[in-house]
Amino acid sequence: MIRGFSPNDILFLLGALRWTALLAAGAFVGSAVVGLVLATMRLSRFRAVRWLAIVYVQLVQGIPLLVWLFLLYFGVAMLGFNVDPWLAAILGFSIYGGAFLGEVWRGAMGSIEVTQWEAGAALGLSISQQLRHVIVPQSVQIAIPPTIGFLVQLIKNTSLASTIGILEVTREGQLTSAATYQPMTVYLVVAALYFALCFPLTQWSRSLERKFNAGR
Amino acid sequence: MPVVEINNIVKRFGSNTVLDDVSLSVDRGEVITVLGRSGSGKSTMLRCINGLEPIQGGSIRVDGVEVNDPACDLRVLRQNVGIVFQSFNLFPHLSVCDNITLAPRIVQRQAREHSRDLARGVLRQVGLEDKLDAFPNSLSGGQKQRVAIARSLAMHPKVMLFDEVTSALDPELTGEVLKVLEGVAAAGMTMILVTHEIGFARRFGSRVVFMHHGKVHEIGPAAETLANPQTAEFAAFLSAVLH
Ligand SMILES: Nc1ncnc2c1ncn2[C@@H]1O[C@H](COP(=O)(O)OP(=O)(O)O)[C@@H](O)[C@H]1O
Ligand SMILES: [Mg+2]
Repeated sequence: MIRGFSPNDILFLLGALRWTALLAAGAFVGSAVVGLVLATMRLSRFRAVRWLAIVYVQLVQGIPLLVWLFLLYFGVAMLGFNVDPWLAAILGFSIYGGAFLGEVWRGAMGSIEVTQWEAGAALGLSISQQLRHVIVPQSVQIAIPPTIGFLVQLIKNTSLASTIGILEVTREGQLTSAATYQPMTVYLVVAALYFALCFPLTQWSRSLERKFNAGR
Repeated sequence: MPVVEINNIVKRFGSNTVLDDVSLSVDRGEVITVLGRSGSGKSTMLRCINGLEPIQGGSIRVDGVEVNDPACDLRVLRQNVGIVFQSFNLFPHLSVCDNITLAPRIVQRQAREHSRDLARGVLRQVGLEDKLDAFPNSLSGGQKQRVAIARSLAMHPKVMLFDEVTSALDPELTGEVLKVLEGVAAAGMTMILVTHEIGFARRFGSRVVFMHHGKVHEIGPAAETLANPQTAEFAAFLSAVLH
């Protein structure tokens, strides 16, 4: 049965946007945890640990995100496990996003000159104190803009989770479009909703970047 | 007892022997200037003294503590050995006050209120009391280096190492840093300075060390040795620097 596109549909889409935001937030936290572990592994004095982190990143980045989602959802289900789509989605995004954030953060720390570590060491700071008081604060300034950029990508990529049955805003849009047969109107609203979420972040990132550049 | 005692040390980077059987004993209050061509091992010797570089042979003692003993706590050692680098190496994200007080606060566990007075005190010594709350990027090269010296002084080290601390500065800024070094020496600090400032070595140095190919090639009382070098290599070096 085909019905018209009503203000109610916008409310439903807004409701679904909550799940998009929640999914992005969960995926971001998961990615941050994985990224932190990877960046720390890259600082290890043990070659095997560093190597493991490199292999992880190469492996993850060589496989599309959508394939990770299918593997974790349909693949694991085939093995006889009952997979919650939310768990599969957040896990998939975290595996994938963690590799990206790990590289960004490692790069940020790597861009701090070795003389900064040495200056800390020469003052009697332990390695962890050098990290905490000298290296990390400087790396954060460098890493914040690309990290926000990553979050924006992540928000948009959560639309992929519609393929494993999560009713986020893109999936809700598909359903509304099918019911109203007004894809142009529906997807324009969907697009506007994504934009409303991403645009302020992009602006924030740009203003931070300007601020840090001015401080240098 | 000497403050720094270097006995027959050997330092290699791979197969490259950079310090070859170097010995040097520095008494309390001495100002040792180290001269030598680029690559002769001057910086490496300083970095061995505070354990930034491990050695492959010989021994180094600072205030009686063996630096390369695995039981030696390098963090304790480094509170006794200040080092100032050619490129300042201030922490750009911290104010001058925080640059100076970071280590006293987290390594020596001083209270924040007390540490601000400490910073003020050492800044007065280098003539920059008004820069307490400035950030490094707002300072001139000479001021940055004076803050770096103040940062090192704040740890109350037993000996201070200076690695070409005026070499990155424009000539007109060199003087202000030399003046600070002069003050530190006059206050009785034990100092080892790698420098090309022969005039400073002559006036304020107690002894001068000439390094050549990783060895102490010549050593002696500053004024006499500079006026009358005993080896052809040192004589050639001096005439190249002075002319
Ligand atoms: N980290 C390092 N790795 C390898 N070689 C080094 C390192 N640091 C210094 N060297 C080498 O040691 C020698 C002495 O260097 P250095 O102590 O810096 O000399 P100077 O300070 O007298 O100019 C040079 O040949 C230099 O290439
Ligand atoms: Mg040098």
